[in-house]
Amino acid sequence: MVTGALGTGLQVIAVALGSPLLVGVMRQVRARLEGRAGPGIGQPWRDLRKLLRKEPIAAHGTGWPFRAAPLLVAGTALVVAAVVPLVTTVSPLDGVADLFAVTALLALGSVALALGALDTGTAFGGMGASREMAVLALVEPTILVSVFALSIRVGSTSLGQIVTATVEDPLAVVSPASVLAAVALAIVTIAETGRIPVDNPATHLELTMIHEAMVLEYAGPDLALVEWASAMRLSIFLGLLSSLFFPVGIATAGAGVLAVLLSVLVLVGKVAILGVLLAAGEVFMAKLRLFRVPELLAGSFLLALLAVAASFFLA
Amino acid sequence: MGLWRKIMRTGRVAEPAPARVPGEAPSKAAELAGSVQIRHVDAGSCNGCEVEISSAFGPVYDAERYGARMVASPRHADALLVTGPVTRNMEMALRRAYDAVPEPRLVIALGDCARDCGVFAGAYGVAGAVSDVVPVDVEVPGCPPEPEAIVAAVRRLTGR
Repeated sequence: MVTGALGTGLQVIAVALGSPLLVGVMRQVRARLEGRAGPGIGQPWRDLRKLLRKEPIAAHGTGWPFRAAPLLVAGTALVVAAVVPLVTTVSPLDGVADLFAVTALLALGSVALALGALDTGTAFGGMGASREMAVLALVEPTILVSVFALSIRVGSTSLGQIVTATVEDPLAVVSPASVLAAVALAIVTIAETGRIPVDNPATHLELTMIHEAMVLEYAGPDLALVEWASAMRLSIFLGLLSSLFFPVGIATAGAGVLAVLLSVLVLVGKVAILGVLLAAGEVFMAKLRLFRVPELLAGSFLLALLAVAASFFLA
Repeated sequence: MGLWRKIMRTGRVAEPAPARVPGEAPSKAAELAGSVQIRHVDAGSCNGCEVEISSAFGPVYDAERYGARMVASPRHADALLVTGPVTRNMEMALRRAYDAVPEPRLVIALGDCARDCGVFAGAYGVAGAVSDVVPVDVEVPGCPPEPEAIVAAVRRLTGR
């Protein structure tokens, strides 16, 4: 129990401090593959430090949804970082939030940001919000259904129990249901975190933006919160992906302090590898046309549905 | 696979970072501490400067390695990079973009046109140089300025 609490604390700290570094690593990988030198992996932290020192500006005519959105999106990301099994499966908060609560918390952050964008009343804010909602409407059911495929085997929607079951029987992952669920979850991870081919985090073209269009009016500390939160969401999704399908090194019930510390290192390594793969993959891809994005996401939903069906009939 | 081979064969394109040009940095730049987000405002340029800006931020000169980054919104920016003489149509737009930038904010006037209207001085559609509309902190001479000069100006702001 003590190690569970320790693991949960460490995993929140690791996500909070490590996620800007993950973004830095991904930008650096991209820069190197493009032949550039790159600003170094600490640059996102330098950006955040500077943004926190800048003057906060609330755009003219905005109200409380605009001001509350950065706090909500960062707050929900921190809560999710505490409840999902990344470092330990025996988090004392595990009973508080199962799969449904985690998905709903992530959706709450997205919806808050979309409302904040609508509150600015600008053309791009509204456009970004409507696009984000279109993506969200396809992403959330896919996350739920693809994890269902894994939870059927365990008979519980608790993420901790699903991961524990995989740790006890690692070969259970090598099943058609798990493979289909993994592909579906990987696609929605890319869509939800706004990476190529669904969205381009480095774009300056307002007409092609999804996530970036929503945050155009944020400045200073608010922008720092939004950017920090989206980095945290990216690392949470990558960490969850690795915990669900490759839970090597994760601390289970009865693990000692040393195992928990080792688990943090393993988590950092796994997320870094996934991040490098994602960044390298982005170099080889162009962004999809916006009208093709629902097709990709519907395809991933279909895979998730097939995963659930396969887990009934083949397992 | 073809692209992967090309990446491996090309390797690193970025030239080694040149020594920093000694020059006085604006006092506000110290607060930015190695991270400068730049919003480009074309106030009436002929696009000659834009070509040089994109090569300054391209793989060869790679201004991003010094901590500068182009952003999509003046709200995200620390510095406005203004090119061209300020035309009557862009005068109000430039003022509004400047007002949208949170403090501490800086303005870079890029190119001869931005500094003193260049060949467009006295033209009927020109409202004036950039310094007639918003306070300018850094000037980069040239028509158009070379990417090296743009990178040197950016490095004075980032301090890297």
